[in-house]
Parts: sequence; C-alpha cells; structure tokens
Amino acid sequence: MKEYFLLFISAIFVNNIVLAQYLGNCPFIGTSKKISVAIGMGSAVVFVATMSASITWAVQEYLLDPMGLQYLQTLTFILVIASLVQFVEMFLKKAVPPLYKSLGIFLPLITTNCAVMGIAIICQREEFSFIKTVAFSFACGMGFMLALIVLSAIRERIEVSRTPKSMKGTPIALIMAGLMSLAFFAFKGMI
Amino acid sequence: MSKLWKEFSKGLWKDLPPFKVVLGLCPVLAVTKTADNGFGMGLAVIFVLTMSNVLVSIFRKIIPPKVRIACFIVIAASLVVSVELLMQAFAYPLYQQLGIFVPLIVVNCIILGRAEAFASKNPILLSAVDGLGMGIGFTISLTLLGGIRELFGYGTLFGTRIMPEHYKPFSFMVEAPGAFVCLGLMLSAMNIFTSWQARRKGQAVLDNPGHECRSCGICSR
Repeated sequence: MKEYFLLFISAIFVNNIVLAQYLGNCPFIGTSKKISVAIGMGSAVVFVATMSASITWAVQEYLLDPMGLQYLQTLTFILVIASLVQFVEMFLKKAVPPLYKSLGIFLPLITTNCAVMGIAIICQREEFSFIKTVAFSFACGMGFMLALIVLSAIRERIEVSRTPKSMKGTPIALIMAGLMSLAFFAFKGMI
Repeated sequence: MSKLWKEFSKGLWKDLPPFKVVLGLCPVLAVTKTADNGFGMGLAVIFVLTMSNVLVSIFRKIIPPKVRIACFIVIAASLVVSVELLMQAFAYPLYQQLGIFVPLIVVNCIILGRAEAFASKNPILLSAVDGLGMGIGFTISLTLLGGIRELFGYGTLFGTRIMPEHYKPFSFMVEAPGAFVCLGLMLSAMNIFTSWQARRKGQAVLDNPGHECRSCGICSR
C-alpha cells in the first residue's frame, strides 16, 4: 500500500509529467488560457492516458514480447492510441452526450499529445506490473491536470495585468511555467 | 528555382520553428541541455520530416481524405522506428541521452503539421525542400537554445570549456525551470526583433504569434 502511495506522490508532485519530465508541453501551453478549458483537457488526458497505458501494456505483454517484435513498439503504440482516441470519441458521442460535449473537442488533440504516448513508454521502460501501470498512468494524468489548471489560473490573472508587450501570450506563459517548475522542485526532498 | 528557394528559406526565418511557429515544444525543452543533444535531435527530425514529406507527397493521391491522419501517423511512425534502429546502431550514446524523446518524434506536431498543411497538397520536390528547410530551421533553433543553456549551465559549448575557470556554473539553466524560462525569454526577444523590423520597414506591427497550431489541421477535423 505504501508503495502505491509513494508512486502517486512521486508521479503527481515530484516527477510531474509536465514540469519535471517535459512531456505534453504543447497542450500545456496551448489549452491553458481558461480554467474551464483546462479542466476539460485535463480530464480528457487522465481518462485517455489511463486507458491507453493499460491497453498498450497488454499489447506489449501478449503480442509484441512473445513474437519478439519489440522494435515495433513505437509504431504499435501510436496506432493503438490513435484508434483508442477515435473509439472513445465515437463511444462518448453515442453513449454519454453531455460528457462528449465537454470533452469532445479535446479528444483529437490528444492523439498528438506526447504525454499520453510518453506515459505508455515510461511504463514499459520501468517494467511495471499491470496494476502499477494503471496506478502510475492515472497519477501522471492527474499531475498533468494539476499543472494545467494551476497555470490556467495564473494566466487568467496575467491577462488583465500589465506585461511587457513582447512578453504577451506564449513567452510569459512559458516563464510562469518555469517558475511553477521551480516551485515543484521543492517537492524533490519529500521522497 | 526561385519557388524552391522560397519554400526552403521559409523554414529558416519566416516560419522558423519553434520561435515563429510555436510547435513541437517537448523536444525543444527536453533535449536542449547541451548543444550536442539539440543538434542530434535536430538531425533526427530533419530525416523524419523530409522523408515523411516525400512519402506523404508520393501517396497524396492514393490516401483517402477520411483516414489521412492515420496514414500520416503510420508513415511518420515507420520512419521514427528506422531512426531509432539507426541510432542504436551508429550513435548509441546519443540515443541514450535523448531517451524517450526519440520515439516521441512521432507525435511531434511539426511533422504531422507539415504533412497536413503542405505535403498532402504539393508535388514531391517542393515537399522535400519544405521538409528540409523546416528541419534545418528546427535544428538551428535547438542548437542555439542548447548552446545558451550549456554555456551558462555548465560553462562549456559542444563539450569544450568556454567560460573562465572561476566561473560558477548556473545550474538553474540546465534544469527544467531553466528550459521554460530560457525559451520564454528567447521567444520574447524574437518578438521584440520582429516588431522592430516591421516598424523600420513601416509595416503594421503584428501581435505576438500565439501558440495556435496554425499550420496543423489535425485538431480542426
């Protein structure tokens, strides 16, 4: 139990997927202008990352490893993720229309989100068991969501304050992300 | 000939990734601890980008529009797999340094963005030149960013010592926060330069380029 707790804390705070491991930066900067958008994108990432990490784990374990096709990992994983995203989109559209309305526009963005594929690959490189893969990918998704929501809250404030003209938009967002990442460094001592 | 040069030089200045077209940030931030790593990553991206543009352009009439994104991804992914194998064979230290970011070239928005916005509409030679120009621009940016971070963070450049002996390395620059701050400052310097240039020419000063995937049509299906 303690092991899983540490895994959670380390994935969310210490090795935050965006702020310490540099994954998923494009959506991190791109969809952090408004809190509502950030919440939608964050929950879509949590959902898809957990599902894709568990499915790619099964694919690696039962398909690629027995056949000795490890070198096809990249190709298989991206195909699995792309088709999964498409499938989830179709399923939500039919089965849960309200959820589709809030998450739908973010789903296509997720195919090219390196956080999702990155989490799947990290789970393979660390050779996690299935339960650990699910827990780790969920925690990483939560870490992404946390960072995204905090940055979007900061950016909503910055929008109305005075910033140098050349800094408006992306540059100041990147610098804020840098300061956040510095703050998250403080968690390094926790574990 | 002039058309070819126009497509080539576009990637070197007018649409220079990631400063003018803010795309593909993850490798930009992650692998630029040293100028070497940035350069190596850039070379891998040049190869994948040029080849994927060529292949997409060859197959552009066969690929059905509805499943085009999936086709582009398969093309990019097979090229990335070959880069991975080549790097393992000939540049293993670099492969270990870049780590997880080699397979992640496949989800780099620049590659899918160029396939969607340019290669799927243009003939082979033009697409190849476009990919080459964008790739070289990306490499220059990565090497520049890597050089700055390495110079201040370790006091070296491409592994040789530049700073005087008593220089105390500013290790903030080679950690994650430094990457964000450094890229932010460089983007703002670029904005200052662009608006200065526009004012000198007497043109209207444009707004800063936002992080909009303007050359990438994937999300607007």
